[in-house]
Formats: sequence, C-alpha cells, structure tokens
Amino acid sequence: MKYINQMKLEFLSIPANVAFARVTVAAFASQLDFTLSDLEEIKVAVSEAVGNSIIHGYENHPDKKIRIQAALTTDSLELRIEDDGKGIKDIKKALEPAFSTDSERLGLGFVFMQSFMDSFQVDSTPGQGTKVIMSKRVGSGTAPLKPEQ
Amino acid sequence: MTPVLLDLERKQETLFIRLKGELDLGSADHLRNAIEQALDREPVRNLVINLAGVSFIDSSGLGVLLGRYKRVSKNGGRVMLVSPQPQVRRILELSGLFRIMDELASESEAMVN
Repeated sequence: MKYINQMKLEFLSIPANVAFARVTVAAFASQLDFTLSDLEEIKVAVSEAVGNSIIHGYENHPDKKIRIQAALTTDSLELRIEDDGKGIKDIKKALEPAFSTDSERLGLGFVFMQSFMDSFQVDSTPGQGTKVIMSKRVGSGTAPLKPEQ
Repeated sequence: MTPVLLDLERKQETLFIRLKGELDLGSADHLRNAIEQALDREPVRNLVINLAGVSFIDSSGLGVLLGRYKRVSKNGGRVMLVSPQPQVRRILELSGLFRIMDELASESEAMVN
C-alpha cells in the first residue's frame, strides 16, 4: 500500500483531547476528497475511540498516553488509535450494541465506529492496552441508518 | 474542556435548555452538572433541550441526554429535543433516543404540547 501522507499524534488521556483528536484527524483526512458528511462520521469514530481509551482503558487517569497513527492512500484514510490501558477482557461482549459498564452511557461507541467506517477491528490484551484499527474510503457513501439495533 | 454554553430558562413546569457548542466527553461533566443543579434548585416536570447551536454530539453527549431523561421520566416528565442540526440528528436517530424523546421543530411547539 502506497501512502501519500502519514502522521502520528500522542497526547494525554484527558477529556479535552477528545475534541483535539477528532478535529486533527478530520483536518488530516480533508486532504482527500471526503464529503462533509464523511468527515463528520470520521470525527464521531475518533471521538468514540479516544473516549473509550480515557474512560475504559485508563479509567479516567489523566496522565496516560493515547496514540493515533493516520495514513492516507489516494482514496482512503487508515487510522490506528491505541492506549496502554487495562484492555478489554471480552471483545465480543464489548462490541454488542447497548453493552455499557456505565448506566448513563449507551454502549454505542463501537456501534458508531463500525457504522461510520468501512473497516473496523479491535485488538486488546487485558493489562496491556487496546488498539482500534479503522479505515474509510472516499466515496463509500453515508452509512445506512440502523436505529433499531 | 470542550466549550459548551448553556442558557437555562424556566417557564411553568418546563425547563428550557439552549445549548451551543459540542457535546462530547470534554463537555459532558459540565453540562450534566449544570442541568442537575438547575433541576435540584427548581424541580420541573419537562425538559426542552434546544440543540440548534450544537455542531457535534457523540455517545458521551447522548449519555448526558439519556441521564436527564431518566431523571425527569421518573416523575412522569418528558424530554423534547428542538432543531438538531443534520449531523447531530443522524446520531440521535441512530442511537434510538427518538424512541423515548420527542423531536420538535421549535420551542413554541413545546408549550402547545
């Protein structure tokens, strides 16, 4: 795969960096011909992944690090968002819609990532961290609405 | 913190909450606390949340809305969402929150209802 651009970000696990991360990735992705709707979807996917790292991976400890690697091919964005947090014991369960460990959350983070990106994969080892790998192609269209998940 | 501005106004049994900014993990605590304090100070039956000024929402923002719904619905109250922007509306739709909250085109509809 030939990349036309690549970037890396590393930042502290604080809530203010959720907006920083999504805006930065969207600005990077906008070098390709993504629609505004595509960019909005990318922003949501990044927000969810970074939010998960902060809340679940690091259990809100503000002094940990989250890393993002992004790369562009001529027609796609590839993203890798990772933390060194506590990891996910049961990925299959975590991927179920409406599964949440917190009553005020909807458990939709992974659903949004899966719906809005063209490929999605999560790798995690308990005690060692979580890595979310996603990609989105230019012109792949807006994700269909699936409200009754 | 992700900036979010709140304007709160009570009219009879209803608290109008007008939001401006982005609803994510960076603004969720501030938003949750501000609404909870307003409800503690002056309990109301219904919430009308005007989203016209909200340009982004993710599951953390949805969680704040869901939490407030749980609080008012316990006493038979309703939550109404006013004028979400298209990208925000899409997330609300996908989340299923419209199954439990009403969508209104304007705040004045809330008083009619």
